[in-house]
Amino acid sequence: MINQLSWKVGGQQGEGIESTGEIFSIALNRLGYYLYGYRHFSSRIKGGHTNNKIRVSTTQVRSISDDLDILVAFDQETVDLNYKELHDRGIIIADAKFNPKQPEDTNASLYAVPFTDLATELGTSLMKNMVAVGATCAVLDLDINVFREVVQEIFGKKGQQVVDKNMEAVKAGFDYMKENLAEDAVMHLEKADGKKRLFMIGNDAIALGAVAAGCRFMAAYPITPASEIMEYLIKALPPLGGAVIQTEDEIAAVTMAIGANYGGVRAITASAGPGLSLKMEAIGLSGITEQPLVIVDTQRGGPSTGLPTKQEQSDLMQMIYGTHGEIPKIVLAPSTVQEAFYDTAEAFNLAEEYQCPVIVLSDLQLSLGKQTVEPLDPNKVEIRRGKLQTGELPEIENKGYFKRYEVTEDGVSPRVIPGMKNGIHHVTGVEHDETGKPSESAANRNAQMDKRMRKIENIKFDTPVYKNAPHDEADLLIVGFNSTRGAIEEAIGRLENDGLKVNHAHIRLIHPFPADEMLSLVKSAKKVAVVENNATGQLANILKMNVGHAEKVKKVTKYDGNPFLPHEIYSRCKELF
Amino acid sequence: MATFKDFRNSVKPNWCPGCGDFSVQAAIQRAAANVGLEPENLAVISGIGCSGRISGYINSYGFHGIHGRSLPIAQGVKMANRDLTVIASGGDGDGFAIGMGHTIHAIRRNVDVTYIVMDNQIYGLTKGQTSPRSATGFKTKSTPEGSIEQAIAPMEMALTAGATFVAQSFSTDLKDLTALIEAGINHKGFSLINVFSPCVTYNKVNTYDWFKENLTKLSDIEGYDPNNREEAMQVLMKHDGLVTGLIYQNTERPSYQELLKGYSEKPLVDAELKLDQEHFDKLAAEFM
Ligand SMILES: Cc1ncc(C[n+]2csc(CCOP(=O)(O)OP(=O)(O)O)c2C)c(N)n1
Ligand code: SF4
Repeated sequence: MINQLSWKVGGQQGEGIESTGEIFSIALNRLGYYLYGYRHFSSRIKGGHTNNKIRVSTTQVRSISDDLDILVAFDQETVDLNYKELHDRGIIIADAKFNPKQPEDTNASLYAVPFTDLATELGTSLMKNMVAVGATCAVLDLDINVFREVVQEIFGKKGQQVVDKNMEAVKAGFDYMKENLAEDAVMHLEKADGKKRLFMIGNDAIALGAVAAGCRFMAAYPITPASEIMEYLIKALPPLGGAVIQTEDEIAAVTMAIGANYGGVRAITASAGPGLSLKMEAIGLSGITEQPLVIVDTQRGGPSTGLPTKQEQSDLMQMIYGTHGEIPKIVLAPSTVQEAFYDTAEAFNLAEEYQCPVIVLSDLQLSLGKQTVEPLDPNKVEIRRGKLQTGELPEIENKGYFKRYEVTEDGVSPRVIPGMKNGIHHVTGVEHDETGKPSESAANRNAQMDKRMRKIENIKFDTPVYKNAPHDEADLLIVGFNSTRGAIEEAIGRLENDGLKVNHAHIRLIHPFPADEMLSLVKSAKKVAVVENNATGQLANILKMNVGHAEKVKKVTKYDGNPFLPHEIYSRCKELF
Repeated sequence: MATFKDFRNSVKPNWCPGCGDFSVQAAIQRAAANVGLEPENLAVISGIGCSGRISGYINSYGFHGIHGRSLPIAQGVKMANRDLTVIASGGDGDGFAIGMGHTIHAIRRNVDVTYIVMDNQIYGLTKGQTSPRSATGFKTKSTPEGSIEQAIAPMEMALTAGATFVAQSFSTDLKDLTALIEAGINHKGFSLINVFSPCVTYNKVNTYDWFKENLTKLSDIEGYDPNNREEAMQVLMKHDGLVTGLIYQNTERPSYQELLKGYSEKPLVDAELKLDQEHFDKLAAEFM
């Protein structure tokens, strides 16, 4: 019996690789397994190698696994590019149609299964992916009926006959494999608990979090890996009276979102690095005019077009410092799909409470990696609107303006929205006085700048650092942010097995930086390894800047476009000792 | 009922004496009163430039944003609260250079916003460089030998982009300008009003006198029909764009908001933020 395994399907983009992975994983998710799927794809639509690696486990997993149990290949390229991941008892199931060649330097065994031929016999070669699913089923000794429900949902609209044909294809693959598979090659997967859980990508959770938080407007411009957020909201908002506008560019997207927030609606915009670069001037506008704004940045390989479909975490500095001048700003970095949901929702509260831009930072692996998620609870989503004024406002004498930028102790001023009687004031990106009128006086500049910066000095955020720090005196502290959490956790398990005492800190509130909390963690460790997907060690530098102890802090970076695997973190950390 | 005086505030504009923008300010104040608005129900969103300061000189909600972006901000405000009257405004550099992308797309999107451009054929605030509206040969600080580029024809451009309301005016024609702004506000959809608003400090060519000599009022052209797009294009070409009045209006095409499926009839800003459990469960079920 095994309690987890890794399955990968690969072929040419546009060949149905995605749907093969989808059907396989949805069915297993419904059986109660925890899944983690990561797609490797190129920025082409058709053609080019693509694969979907799915991990199945009876406990929560949040990382791609180091090795592979089953490789389903629709072409030789898939075999050649991926067989090295297979362990000795691994299996390649390949379409007999392309005469798959067994690679020499592996003990993994290859089974040629006539995916295409069996599918064609049943009516159409399009069903070859169903044959492949069936063949996998045989290896795992699963009942093919676990797929019936999913097949029904996907093909039901096309009629019962199509559903039946597809199930026949699953059965054909299953039967063929069963007959040819060596008895001891069967992988008996432990039974799962059968509990209902969600199966979603980070972008789904971000979008759903926005809806749950009362976001009713989005303006955005398409970009990988952020587009799913817009595509989700375009379906979810109209039934709630809301709307999504696909704008002419990212500058329009962010300024429209600022306008909508100023107008009083909770509005969001989302993009990736290139789009965020375009939004920078407007983020400064939101900062100085104290308009709430929620922006999502799904990081991908940069700079410029860089590696547009690959994992990277190199926007960190841009998110913290990337606007001219100085503004109050909050940067959140969820590390799991769950956190992506709750943090996005909370971003709307913070944006209104502190009247400033809030960036929800994600990365490609978190945004597009599909994983099993414990049920999300909308009742845990609070709606707090800070100093937004409701009800009647006192009359203002002599056509004076409402003190929208009143200097207060906590720096946050009362906020009104257009349409409110006696709330008229001016909003400008020019330095202004308490009523919003332009003012260049030095005293006013100091008062307004201080007030703005004061706002976020003591921001309240539930868990600024996710910690698993059981050791008072640790040999090593591993620090990360966003999607590296799963791989770090697994690496820590192995390091601890080797006898090292390892603490883990995953930073969720990137800015303002939780310096006190990090300082005590850094102090209590002999060495600190900062694991991140970029070349310069941006988080390591931020850590050093905020807590010092530069001699302890070691950079563990990776910027080849691929996510960290647990064994890479393990061995890079081992090297430190 | 508010009068135009209610739209005045206590701020003294920092425009040069004689600047064309003063009349645009007055026209907006009058038009707002004439269509029956209260100050709090008007939002003036402006760009950056001398002209961009206008949102600070009107007693209404005002937002002075960043250079070239008054239109997306204005559309965002309107989407948030469809009961507000939203006016966007700025200079020709703001709208036809840095903000040109937004102008074209706001026109074709047709969100119910009135856009007033103060067109002085030059960059005022930055002290006299060429603008996309400067005529070929026009000498400025940045074109000492005279501009060698072709000037933009905003009215023709608006027509080809599918505009539903295109008008042009001259800032001294306070009455006509006021009437056009009223019509623009009442128009269901996007309205573009280009106003020749002389810069007395940096533009010594396109002066008040120059405009008086060169402009033709559409009301003086017998039988001119502003509902005829083809005729509008012809008259613009014939007069090199130097006409004033309502050039074109299409009252049949619905505004963006009217076409938008699901978009709330009541202002979005009044929507309930909390999602009920049932609705959430329905959304969550799609991921199971
Ligand atoms: C991004 C950016 N680039 C440049 C500027 C400098 N700038 C301010 S206003 C302006 C042009 C002003 O011309 P116009 O829009 O025609 O307005 P006017 O001053 O003539 O009314 C420029 C280039 C700026 N504020 N922001
Ligand atoms: S510089 Fe020109 S545009 Fe600017 S205020 Fe003076 S006259 Fe008006």
